[in-house]
Parts: sequence; C-alpha cells; structure tokens
Amino acid sequence: MHIVVCMKQVPDSAQIRVHPVTNTIMRQGVPTIINPYDLFAIEEALRLRQKFGGAVTILTMGPPSAEDSLRKALSFGADRAVLLTDRFFAGADTLATTYALATAIRKIGVEFGPPHVVFTGKQTIDGDTAQVGPGVAKRLGLMQLTYVSHIDNVDLEAGTIDVERRSEGGVQKLRSKMPCLISVLEGVNEMRIGSLSDALAAARATIIKWSAQDAGVEDITKCGLRGSPTIVKRVFAPKPRAEKAQFIELGDKPGDVFVDELFKRRPKLESELGHLTRGY
Amino acid sequence: MNDTAKAPAPAGRAAAKKELPEHLKAYKHVWVFIEQERGQAHPVSWELMGAGRILADKLGVNLAAVVVGARNEATQAVVRESFNYGADLAYLVADDILTDYRNESYTKAMTDLVNAYQPEILLLGATILGRDLAGSVATTLLTGLTADCTELDVDAEGSLAATRPTFGGSLLCTIFTLNYRPQMATVRPRVMPMPERVEKPLGRVIEHPLGLVEDDIVTKVLSFLPDRDSTKSNLAFADVVVAGGLGLGSPENFQLIRQLASTIGAEFGCSRPLVQKGWVSSDRQIGQTGKTIRPKLYIAAGISGAIQHRVGVEGADYIVAINTDKNAPIFDFAHVGIVTDAVRLLPALTEAFSKRLSPHQRDRLAS
Repeated sequence: MHIVVCMKQVPDSAQIRVHPVTNTIMRQGVPTIINPYDLFAIEEALRLRQKFGGAVTILTMGPPSAEDSLRKALSFGADRAVLLTDRFFAGADTLATTYALATAIRKIGVEFGPPHVVFTGKQTIDGDTAQVGPGVAKRLGLMQLTYVSHIDNVDLEAGTIDVERRSEGGVQKLRSKMPCLISVLEGVNEMRIGSLSDALAAARATIIKWSAQDAGVEDITKCGLRGSPTIVKRVFAPKPRAEKAQFIELGDKPGDVFVDELFKRRPKLESELGHLTRGY
Repeated sequence: MNDTAKAPAPAGRAAAKKELPEHLKAYKHVWVFIEQERGQAHPVSWELMGAGRILADKLGVNLAAVVVGARNEATQAVVRESFNYGADLAYLVADDILTDYRNESYTKAMTDLVNAYQPEILLLGATILGRDLAGSVATTLLTGLTADCTELDVDAEGSLAATRPTFGGSLLCTIFTLNYRPQMATVRPRVMPMPERVEKPLGRVIEHPLGLVEDDIVTKVLSFLPDRDSTKSNLAFADVVVAGGLGLGSPENFQLIRQLASTIGAEFGCSRPLVQKGWVSSDRQIGQTGKTIRPKLYIAAGISGAIQHRVGVEGADYIVAINTDKNAPIFDFAHVGIVTDAVRLLPALTEAFSKRLSPHQRDRLAS
C-alpha cells in the first residue's frame, strides 16, 4: 500500500508578534513546526502501513528550510520525503497550491507507485482554510473524505475503504473507493515517538527536492502568485473601539462592587441573569 | 481562499486590475448556499442571507437562495423559508440522491448551477459541510475562495472585499478575487447577525436537474449516528458566557471559570492556547478557529484579546475584561475593564453573584 501525506511547515503561531508601532509581523526568530494538525495525518498513515505494509511518502511545498520538518517526519518512521521548492511557487493561494501539490503527487505516483490514500491534516494553523485537501482531491479525481475520525476497514482487493467522518450534528459512516484523499480530524490518535533507528536514518536520509520543472509542472502560470485568483490587497491591525474600556476600581469588596457596577451600567442584566439561574 | 501566510501582493500587481474577461461579465447576482441536512436549515445560512442582502443592494442585483436536497416537503419548506429571509428568487436542485450530504453529488449540483446561471458572488457557511463543499466547488470552477470571513463588502468597482484574520489571527487582511467568477467566500456561524424574519409569499423558484443516478456516485452512506444533545455545548447561542485564558496560570484554576459560569447560568469557554495546551476541550474554544459567540454579557478572565479571539466575541452586547496587564489588547474592545489577577477576583465574583441571584436573598429583600 502506498500512502502520501501532505504536510506543511508553519510558523509557531503562538510566538508570532505584531510590532506595536508599525503593525507589521515580526517574523524574525519565530520557530517553525510541523503544522500540528498534520501530525494526526502522519500517524494515521503510519498505522495503515503497519497493518497493510507498503510505504509512506511525505510531501511538502515550501522554502528550502522546510527540509527540517521533513526530517522530523522521517524520524517518526516515514519512508521518504519530497520537498517541492521553487521560487515560482511563492505567493500561492490555495488554488495555486493544489495545482502544485497535485502535479507532484502524480509524479510521486509515476516514480514510487500510485498512492492508495493521500492524507492531509484538517487545516493548517497559519492559513486555517481547510481548502487545500479538497482541492487536491478534485484535481486528482480522488474520492474526498474530510474530517475523518476513524478508518474502520480497508479492503485492498475490492479497493474499498470504510471511514467514520464528523459531519454536522453527527457521525457519517461512509464506504468509498481508493484512491481517496482523507483529511484527518484532530485528536483521533497520538503521535508515536519514533524509534532510535528511524531517528538515525532520518538524519542521514536524502530529501528528494523537486523544482516546478522536476515535478512535471506544465503550466508555470498556474503556480504561485500568478496562478492565484485571490489577491491580498491590504493587511492591517483592527481599529480599537472608539472608546476604550472603562476601568473600574473594585476596592476591598471586589465581588459586591463589581456586581453593583455591572447592574448599574446594564440594568436589564439583573433580571436576565435571575431568569437564567432560576430556569425561567 | 487565500493562504494567509502569504505576504500582501506587491502594489503593482494588486493595483493592476485588468478588465474582467468578456465571458465573465455575464456573471451577475449574489447567491447564498442554504445548508440543510435532514430537513433542517443551518442558521448560518440565514445569517448569510442578511449579509448577502446588503451586498446585493449595494450592487443593485438580486439575492438568490440556493437549496440542494431531497425531493420532499422539508426541502420545499426550506425554499419557502428562504423568501422570509430576503431571497428575491431561489434555485433548487431536488433529488432523493441528495438526502445525505456527499461531496460528489453536492459539488455536481452546485457547479452545474453556477455554470448555468452564473452568479458573481457565492457565499457558504464555514461549517463542516460548507468547508467540504466550498473547496471542491472553487477548485472545479477554478476560482478564488476566501475562508472564514469576518466582514464582507463591495468596493467602488463592485468587487467583493472579503476580510479575514491572517497570520494565525494576529492581523486582518482583505482579499479580492478580481479576474475570476464567481467570487466565493465562507463565513463561520454567528459571525454575521441574524436578520429579521419577515413573512413573504413564495417567489420565483428555478429548478435544475441533478443529472446523476445513484450508480454514478462512488461513496455510499452506511449509517448516520446523530450526536447526543448532552455532548453539545450551547456556547454559540448562550446569553451569557464566561471564558478563561492563559492568565489563569494553571489548568486547575479553570475550575474558577466553571464555578462562576454555573452560578450565573452561563456557558463557559476558553481562548485558543488553553485548547492547544490540552486544558480544555476544543468544543469550548472561542475565536476565529473556535466558536463565535453573541451573548448579552461576556466575561473574559485572563484573556489578552488577540485578533483570533476578538473576532469571535465582537458580537457580544457587553464585554467585561479582567486582566493584570492594563495594556492588554482586550481592553481595546471590552466595554468595562478590571486590572487585576483573575484568579483572585473570580471566587469573589462567584460569591457576590451567588448572594445577589439566590432566590432566598430575593425573597428576603422583597419582604
């Protein structure tokens, strides 16, 4: 069984700061990590390989420094890592990103065998769009199974796969066909600690690096900024409310003073809270 | 939708708005996808009708509701309801194959409709269903899609200006899809206000065939297990919400939030870092990537107020912020601020509210 995992290296958003005066992002020194949602996808891929044999290929698009995250993924036990890196990919929105990733996955299929399953995380923590998985599935004609919480069964002979997926208000049990794209819900598994031999192998491994041309991109105008239908025209910090918060001093009876002040300023709240607490 | 980690486009490119290609000039009118599963319309769809109405009026075009579902009375009821929320007309694809949501059938229904009737703007709810569908539809149509917008507007040239948080929620950005149609955007539930429902007669309904038979669809639904009501948090619709952030200092202190919430009949929530640290489960997260709330009273304790959080609470009528840092961004949008350690203040609040709101105390005061 051949499994491809699409992964992204992202800035650790907990550590991004905005310059207080210029309102620009201070990126310097912000460490990068594997997108946390992608760890669930990698683990799910490794579990499938454990059960059915085969290989796990990790794919990422990004700057040359994304090699760090690929090595990390290899240390968990993945078999190979492909880094799609080219200045033509820079500034890609989700549509242009799906074009590049789909092209690379086709090439991976030619080089290492066509994938049965392509995994992604639910979304990234920097873009938060959840659009790249569905886009890759559409471009490759893969069955699309998003927000999957459990893989119930894989029948390699029949080519079917049964999954549970989170849907609005419940869980859908679906039977679909491979090849398929699965986006994995967060929290459904726990990432393993890689073995020492995997860690050593990861340190020595050769990361496969493909430019747009290497990956087989036929139309460079569909990549990066040029291939992106969306345009970011303005990035800005939100305006503070016209009036800032009014500060209240609570003195030595803070609870009572607070409640008095609150009900004085918002008289209706007293009866509303009364209703809520008494259940009518 | 835009990968937000991307830098703003160079001015030269952004400013170089080309004339819209000739074949796209025919794209007119604003559409809202009315999400329904098992006969129940999702409230986010009516919220989007409110936002769509404003866009359509600014552009001087029609607002259309798009309903996709089984051929039954429940679907018809959703079509009728869409006129009560301001639709000028409705598009309907009704087929029993569409009883359960599946990506293949719904993507076909939506892309066929767009290709046949050519809207300039298409809005969807950023729900699980909407996110699964929007990415597929936008890729099939090869157009731009902006996720999780917090503000929608049209610029002087009539283009959709879609604003959303970026860089992990630390800034906002405005995104345009200038030379492609339709311009697509998703909005999370409760971000837009619920418009007033006004009883209206059924208007024009344009039916379109699905053009699929069950055998054409690969993915089969084996079963559906509805969530038990008790597992759902009612955060998004609560009248009063109390939430805690990193300022609480330790997971044990989150108990103080729960105690205050239960005393005043509120739902409790938290900011994103507490979910990432595993202190609180993700269904309690308030903010761009969690729930958007619109309560009458919101008490934020030990939350600094990053944009990611702010966009999820700005719809609250009254915001009380408790933070040790008087320069914390939360005081920029709270109505009332208290500069103190929430861990010390919360028990006092719980006690004071408990005294004031207890029926016993009320009776005593009345006598």
